[in-house]
Amino acid sequence: MSTVVPPLPYRVAGTRAETADTRSIELAPVGRELPSFAPGQFAMIYAFGVGEVPISASALRGRHGGLVHTVRAVGAVSTALYRMRPGDTVGLSGPYGTGWDLDAAVGHDVLVIAGGIGLAPLRPVVQAVLDRPAAYGRLAVLVGARTPADLVYRDEIESWRDPARVEVTVDRPGPGWHGAVGVVTTLLDRLDLRPERTCAFVCGPEVMMRHTARALLARGLASQRVQVSLERNMHCATGHCGHCQLGPLLLCRDGPVVGYDRVAQLLLVREL
Amino acid sequence: MSTDVDANAFPPAATDGLVMGKDGMAALVDVLIGRGFTVIGPTVRDSAIVLAELRSADELPYGWGVELEAGRYRLRERSDGAAFANAAGPQSWKSFLHPARVREWSADRVEGELVLTADQAAPSRYAFLGVRPCDLRAIAIQDRVLTGGAYRDPVYAGRRSGALLIAVECTEPGATCFCVSMGTGPAAGPGYDLVMTEVVDEDGHRFWIRGGSQEGAEILAELPGRPADPETRETARAGVTAAADRMGRTMPEADLRELMAGTLDAPRWDDVAGRCLTCGNCTMVCPTCFCTTTEDVTDLTGDHAERWRLWDSCFDLDFSHLHGGPVRASSRSRYRQWMTHKLGTWHDQFGSSGCVGCGRCIVWCPVGIDITEEAAALHDWTRSGASDDGAAS
Repeated sequence: MSTVVPPLPYRVAGTRAETADTRSIELAPVGRELPSFAPGQFAMIYAFGVGEVPISASALRGRHGGLVHTVRAVGAVSTALYRMRPGDTVGLSGPYGTGWDLDAAVGHDVLVIAGGIGLAPLRPVVQAVLDRPAAYGRLAVLVGARTPADLVYRDEIESWRDPARVEVTVDRPGPGWHGAVGVVTTLLDRLDLRPERTCAFVCGPEVMMRHTARALLARGLASQRVQVSLERNMHCATGHCGHCQLGPLLLCRDGPVVGYDRVAQLLLVREL
Repeated sequence: MSTDVDANAFPPAATDGLVMGKDGMAALVDVLIGRGFTVIGPTVRDSAIVLAELRSADELPYGWGVELEAGRYRLRERSDGAAFANAAGPQSWKSFLHPARVREWSADRVEGELVLTADQAAPSRYAFLGVRPCDLRAIAIQDRVLTGGAYRDPVYAGRRSGALLIAVECTEPGATCFCVSMGTGPAAGPGYDLVMTEVVDEDGHRFWIRGGSQEGAEILAELPGRPADPETRETARAGVTAAADRMGRTMPEADLRELMAGTLDAPRWDDVAGRCLTCGNCTMVCPTCFCTTTEDVTDLTGDHAERWRLWDSCFDLDFSHLHGGPVRASSRSRYRQWMTHKLGTWHDQFGSSGCVGCGRCIVWCPVGIDITEEAAALHDWTRSGASDDGAAS
């Protein structure tokens, strides 16, 4: 009755380096399995003795059949997770939060826009659309990164080019980069956008999502057709710790995926 | 009363109750202990009226009152010997229902395997003696926050489900009280198992006690006392009514939720930020503040780890930490978060205000910041028309 259910042990089935500081880890249950995740939902991942962090699933079914999370080593816990090797064990709980509303996109063109590691929670969206091409209209994926070295899933992005329209840009090009340079919104002009029949899924740094959403609205998309995945500090994922508030929203409960119409005003208030 | 039970299922006024003296209060504590409850009530300790385990009714603060002001709390002796003629002390019942420090689970590395074990704490069955109407509402608010959503906090639920609530109506509000503004007192709302009103006059020192639940009625039946006479009932009611007219503070006559939503860019936040120390005292003493953080610890072997949950405060710089820094770096933004959450966005998140008007945040603020004064200043700003100039956000 008064027992907090601990996470379930999951074993690292495989890892894959994505960039110099980012790695994907595929997790398989040691015993009991969590309920299945929807695209956009997140897990709390516990590194033994270090702590727990919220991370959205970056693939619902990896090459070993497990759940994949892409981790960038930025803090103590994420660094511990980044260093995991096959055979290591973590604690996993979830799925938590709202997923991307893919039902709203049925019969629509799907526009996926990612900044940096923001592509991670969007990868299951791309996969879902590729899995059911008849259910959706055209698929376009726009990816921005700081430098070519910060691009995640490079090979996989290339594999989406048929049938999807894929555009990639970087802020700072390096030697050997022959692609686009500039912020991700500059790629919008390359698309033949049909605003009245497009659903956009956006994830990246908050400032990038704000500018992207504004650019989409300026091109005629309705704000409720733009979904964003927001990030705040989270400790419990169950709406009880209070850390993930954004004004009226508890992002672990009301998010992380929200319609831009619900947050456009909130994102304009500094330090909310 | 169980959180699953409809508080209105047992009519609070089903009987006129009993009138009992101090001997009845002594019997009440004995009956509760006899029924296996851990009795928690007010008692004098460290120059304050604190909540602690009571072994007998003698430990109640008979003859003690309090003087409250912004940033000030003093005990003073009362000649009438009343036990409950004092407003909220520094603690609230959340100390027992939503403890400041809880071990949630343990993790052990056993032969390369990670073994996660739930903590099996069997909480006491609490009887809370002397729950003020404001605090009764605060418990109802925490019920909703911690057990009313898709996830139930098992720690809170386990402690709450067996708790017996014995309310005491307020007849002596403090100078920092504003329960009338928040609609939470001084008369007790629903949710109690027993409710008392204390009367001290020429006819003696007595308590009018009524049941509010089946269990409360059963306990009532074991107490010495006489059927409540109309005079005592009338005097008790008059005392509560008079208390409503003696509130030390009021909130501005405004829709506080709209006021908070519409003043996020008000210059008043800079003003209060110049005074606020961001110490978090207001969040610790607030009976509804529920925020927690987690702490993961390991022992010296490195093979045993524990997950602890601790009270946290939105005034802490780390509270909003993301890679790259805190979302709310300025004290302006952190005070604004606390106050707009309490009075405004709490409605959006949990369907009611998060403030019950107990005044604790005013009393225990080391620099005497007064939430009613801050709300009034924001209200004045909106009425002055200043908010029309570029306040849109």
